[in-house]
Amino acid sequence: MADQFDLECRNVVKKFDDFTAVDDISLAIPKGSFFSILGPSGCGKTTLLRMLAGFQAPTSGDILIKGSSVLGVPPNRRPVNMVFQHLALFPMMNVAENVAYGLKRRGVNKATIAQKVNETLARVGLPDSGPKQISQLSGGQKQRIAIARCLVLDPAVLLLDEPLGALDLKLREHMKVELKQLQHEIGTTFVYITHDQSEALVMSDQVAVMNAGRFEQVGAPQDLYYKPQTAFVAGFVGESNRWHGVVGGGNDHQVEINLAAGGKVVAKRDANAALKDGQAVEVFVRPEAIAIDGEGAVDNTLSAKVENVLFNGAASSLQVREATTGHEMTVALPQTGTFASVKAGDNINLSWSFEQTRCFAASDVGATA
Amino acid sequence: MSNGTSVKGGGTFRFGLLLLAFPLMLWLFLLVVLPHIDLFLVSMRERISYGKYEFSLINYIEFFSEPLYWNTYVRTAVMSIFATFLTLVIGFPVSYYIAKFMRGKGKNVLFLMCLIPFWVSELVRTFGWMILLRESGVVSNFLQWSGIADGPVEMLYNDATIMVGLVYTSMLFMIVPLVSVLDSLDDSLIEAGYDLGGNGFTVTRDIVIPHAMPGIASGCIVVFMLTLGNYLTPNLLGGKDSLWFTEQIYTQFITRFNWESGSAFGFLLLVLSSLIVWVGLKLSKQTLSETVG
Repeated sequence: MADQFDLECRNVVKKFDDFTAVDDISLAIPKGSFFSILGPSGCGKTTLLRMLAGFQAPTSGDILIKGSSVLGVPPNRRPVNMVFQHLALFPMMNVAENVAYGLKRRGVNKATIAQKVNETLARVGLPDSGPKQISQLSGGQKQRIAIARCLVLDPAVLLLDEPLGALDLKLREHMKVELKQLQHEIGTTFVYITHDQSEALVMSDQVAVMNAGRFEQVGAPQDLYYKPQTAFVAGFVGESNRWHGVVGGGNDHQVEINLAAGGKVVAKRDANAALKDGQAVEVFVRPEAIAIDGEGAVDNTLSAKVENVLFNGAASSLQVREATTGHEMTVALPQTGTFASVKAGDNINLSWSFEQTRCFAASDVGATA
Repeated sequence: MSNGTSVKGGGTFRFGLLLLAFPLMLWLFLLVVLPHIDLFLVSMRERISYGKYEFSLINYIEFFSEPLYWNTYVRTAVMSIFATFLTLVIGFPVSYYIAKFMRGKGKNVLFLMCLIPFWVSELVRTFGWMILLRESGVVSNFLQWSGIADGPVEMLYNDATIMVGLVYTSMLFMIVPLVSVLDSLDDSLIEAGYDLGGNGFTVTRDIVIPHAMPGIASGCIVVFMLTLGNYLTPNLLGGKDSLWFTEQIYTQFITRFNWESGSAFGFLLLVLSSLIVWVGLKLSKQTLSETVG
C-alpha cells in the first residue's frame, strides 16, 4: 500500500523553542497528483515544505518518500526538488548551466546532459534559451527555467514554495493554467504551497487548508468550497458573509440561530457537528447563494438597502446593509444583467435556502482569521 | 541622455560637480600626481657633481645589475602574494561564518571584534607581537615553564613571523569586503545548490565563490597593496634579514641620501604592484570597476 503514495507524513511536529510551527500533521499524497497546502502567512506551511525538502528536521513524526523514510537524509540525497519562492536561479550561470547543474552533480556524462537539458527546455516551451543569461529572461520565463531545473532530475515530488508570488496579476493567472497543464503532461507529483486560494483551487487535485500548524481540512477544491468542515475553512476559502449567533432550536436537518446583532437565520445541520441549544456559533453564507428579489427558496429572507455597487464584470457584487439589524453583507450580482440598474440607496429583498447556510461552533482561531 | 535635458541646466550641473570634485582633484594632484612626476624626473637623472645633474638611466640599470636589489624585489612580491593568499584562506571561512551563520547582535559583536585591534596603531600592535614572540617573551617563558623547551626560544626575525604579522595586519581589509559580498548572497541560492544535489564543496565552488568573486578580488587587491607597501611590520618582526623592498627605498632616501636611486625604486614598486594587480584581475576575470564598485 505504502508505495502508492509518493509522499507521506506521519504525525509530523516541528517546534521552535516554545512555539509549535507544525502540529501533528499527517498526509498522504497519491502518485501524480497536484497537492496544495493553503494557509495564511505564518501558519507553518513553509516550515512543513522545508521539512519535506530536508532543510529542517521534524521534532517528531516521520516523512516517507515513495514508501521509505527520509528522516536524516540530507536535501542533496532526497528524491525531491524545490522551486524556491524567489526561484533562486544561479545568476552566475546561463540558462543551460542552471538546468544542467543537478545532472552534473550526479556525474552524468556530458552528451547525456546536453540532450536532457535540450529536452527539458523544450518541454517548458523555451527550446532556444540555453545560452541566455538569467537576467535576460522575463518573470514567466524564469519561472519555467526554475521548474525545468528541477524536472530534469526526475524528482519523485516537486515542491513549489509560492513561486507565483512575485509575478504580476496577469502573468500569474496565465502561469496558473500553464503549471496545471505542465503537471498534467509530465505526471510528477507537485506539492504546492500558497496563501492565494485561487491558485490552490484552480490548480489542485487536493488542497489542505492549514491554520496555526494544523490541517483544518483536506479535500478536493469543490469540497472545501461547498462543504467546509470548520469555521476557518468556510471563512478562508472563498468569500463569505459571516455572523455570530447562538443556537436556538431546530430539527434534524436545520438549526435555528439567533444572531448576535438581532434577527434569526436557519442553517443546515451538519451531521458530524453536534450543536446544542445555547451554543455560540458562526454562520456563513456565500454571496452568490443569496437571491435578490427572488422566488423559490425562502428559508431565510430579509430586506436590505444597497450601500455600494462594486462593479467588477462577472464578479460584480453589492454591499448592502440589512434593514433591521444594520448588519453589512455582500451579495453577488447575477451575471445575467437583470439587476444592472440597481444603484446605491435602493431597497431590495434577499432570500436564500437553509442548505446554503453553514454554521460551526465558534472558535477563537476562526474569529481572528 | 537626450539632448534637450542635458543642455537645459547643464551648465549649473557641471559647475556643481566641479565644485564638489575640487577637493578631490586638489588632493589627487598635490599628493599623488605632483610627487610622482617629481619622483619620475628625479629617478631619470644622475648626479654628476654638487648641484649638477644629467639625464640618465643609471638608477634603473643599477637596480637590475645588483642582485641584492633584484632579489629583494622578487622576494617582496612573492611574500606579498603568499600573505594575500593566506589572508584570503583564513578570512573567507571567518567572513562566511559572520555573514551566513550569525544573526543580529552576534554578527555585530563578531564584526566589532575584527575591528577592535585597529583602534590601536600598527606600531603598538606590532610591539604586541614582539612582546609575545621575543626570546624573553610570553610564549618563550611559557614553553620553558611547561618544560617543552629547555632554554629561551627566539621566535622573532624569521619569515614565518613576518608572515604572521602581515596576515594579522591585513585581515580586516579582507573580511570587510568579503562579509559584505557574502551578505548579499541569497540563502536560497545556497539551499537550491544543495537541493539539486550539490555538497558543501561543490556549492562553495560553483555558487558561493563565483558570487563572492568581486569581494575576493577587491579584498586581495587592498591586502596585496598594503602588504607590498608595508614597512613597519617586516622591519620590526623580521629585523635586519627581512629584506623588504620598502626598506631598500628607505635606505636609499634616508641612509644613503640617494634620492635618485630611491625614486627609481619607488617607481619600480609602483610598476610591480600595478602589474600584479592587473594579472590577478585577468586571471580571476574581474574588472577593476566591478571590483571597486
